Amino acid sequence: MPKRQPLIFKLVSDRSSRIFLSVLAVVTVLVPLCNLVFPEGSALHVSTYTVTLLGKYLCYALLALAVDLIWGYCGILSLGHGAFFALGGYAMGMYLMRQIGERGVYGHPVLPDFMVFLNWQELPWFWYGFDSFPFAMLMVILVPGILAFLFGWLAFRSRVTGVYLSIITQALTYALMLAFFRNDMGFGGNNGLTDFKDILGYSVQADSTRAVLFIMSAVALALGYLICQAIVKSKLGRVLVGVRDAESRTRFLGYRVEHYKLFVFTVSAVLAGIAGALYVPQVGIINPGEFSPINSIEIIIWVAVGGRGTLYGAVVGAVLVNYGKTYFTGAFPELWLFLLGGLFVVTTLYLPKGVVGLFDRWKKQTDTGAGSPPPPDPADESQARPTKAGAA
Amino acid sequence: MKTKHIDTPSILYLNGVSVSFDGFKALNSLSLFLEPGELRAIIGPNGAGKTTMMDVITGKTRPDEGEVVFNRDLDLTRYDEAAISNLGIGRKFQKPTVIESLTVFENLELAMAGGRGVFQSLWHALTASQSERIREVLELVDLTERRDVLAGSLSHGQKQWLEIGMLLIQDPEVLLIDEPAAGMTDVETEKTAELFKRLAKKHTLVVVEHDMEFIRALNCKVTVLHEGRVLAEGSLEQVQSNQEVIDVYLGR
Repeated sequence: MPKRQPLIFKLVSDRSSRIFLSVLAVVTVLVPLCNLVFPEGSALHVSTYTVTLLGKYLCYALLALAVDLIWGYCGILSLGHGAFFALGGYAMGMYLMRQIGERGVYGHPVLPDFMVFLNWQELPWFWYGFDSFPFAMLMVILVPGILAFLFGWLAFRSRVTGVYLSIITQALTYALMLAFFRNDMGFGGNNGLTDFKDILGYSVQADSTRAVLFIMSAVALALGYLICQAIVKSKLGRVLVGVRDAESRTRFLGYRVEHYKLFVFTVSAVLAGIAGALYVPQVGIINPGEFSPINSIEIIIWVAVGGRGTLYGAVVGAVLVNYGKTYFTGAFPELWLFLLGGLFVVTTLYLPKGVVGLFDRWKKQTDTGAGSPPPPDPADESQARPTKAGAA
Repeated sequence: MKTKHIDTPSILYLNGVSVSFDGFKALNSLSLFLEPGELRAIIGPNGAGKTTMMDVITGKTRPDEGEVVFNRDLDLTRYDEAAISNLGIGRKFQKPTVIESLTVFENLELAMAGGRGVFQSLWHALTASQSERIREVLELVDLTERRDVLAGSLSHGQKQWLEIGMLLIQDPEVLLIDEPAAGMTDVETEKTAELFKRLAKKHTLVVVEHDMEFIRALNCKVTVLHEGRVLAEGSLEQVQSNQEVIDVYLGR
């Protein structure tokens, strides 16, 4: 591969990237088109329910991508990434709440319903500015980003790694959940934020708004994918793999491992926050349940099932598992959690490279079946040579 | 911090270094003095403090007391691992440690002296002279053929060589090498000894090893550690005939 190429070509130079982005592009065009152009009852019509459902999957896919970036490439197993997703969601939810204006049940011109209900007289300071869309979007990026930066700075500098890091990320999301459940936090407590009306002046219920949100989610996923590709294909990506495979080797090569972890953790949290912000207007609610530890663990299962350390595998996993969830929670609701647990066990035992690992294995088989013998592995040969007895 | 000047030029100087773990004295007032361009072998029974000494020099372990001075006036106890590596002290671990899911070439690329910052890495592109340097090192450690295979699929001996190559490409002044001959064939061991002797002119090498044949082939000054301090120093013949050394180590 020539070294000097425009960046974008380098990012999509591999076959899986091109396939993934092409499929995504086709879906992005076809789904809203079939929803808006073909009338209901037509065989080609896609219901608004489906558009919203698929839009939700795309947000999950972006979240899975964010987790794969840190877990698959840098070995940071975050069991609290749902927190960053939820914070991005809350920032968007706060904007949507302010857009309700006087149309709330209590008709208060400024205060959201739950504040009126709690007898609050004025808007808390941290709600200021959220009536402005650009400000809210800035918060979608800054709030998860700054939290991840501070958390990562403390954790990585103290060299908290492995299962200990996983546990404190879990504690982080749990603590946030408890905090957001409290009414006096000012985020709607138990009920969270809901009853949204408009986004940028368009009704969140309208088919066309749903279609635009779907497209935005797909675009965010594609951009997120390209950003992650840019990171993992650069030398920085190889340093991350070094940290994952041999952390102290990388450190003794002179790399400040904690800086690398901090960078990638923060980028990942921002991507998760953006996913959350796109998710909230599509599902119409954000509540503290999004912070619950089980949500964060589910993300890990998506990535594991899809195949970690491939990026597109995370997307495949998120879509597959969530499709399964939609189907089974409808058809056999009591079975779903058993299936999810079983899926994780089976993946860990038999599919360490996930579903996309199966594709690769199948591709290799068909390639070698085409006549070319597999290349001999000289490693076997050198291992067969006698080594000095007792020297090891 | 400037420390007192020593008359002879030293590249690395340890003075009265002590380290204890839970009451166990891993290093007990250890003093060691290395001249630039020197090749030095360190031997000693298990638990003599060889690895702890390397940990202290490379910043992994902070000494309880004592001085560790690099290049006459750099107090190494004030730096961390990454900083010490960038000052010019490279380290090879006892167990060969390479980045298994990167190729041989990529391992060397990461080790190459140069920017270590996050954003420098993000925009990094290899220059022609850097590629050339990687090619030279591949040649030197005899891995040219295996340039594009994953480091994880190399044999044990080849991993050792790759890790040595990773040290070389950092171009450090001092190389600390822990048990390089472990798991190598006789031919590889011989080649390794030859390589070290050649390198010693340009770099200072400290080699910890158990294999006496290998130490003999290095033909250099030997330091014997025991219970965290220097027991004897001299040529291999001298230390082998030292009664104390025979008692604690060789004559077991």
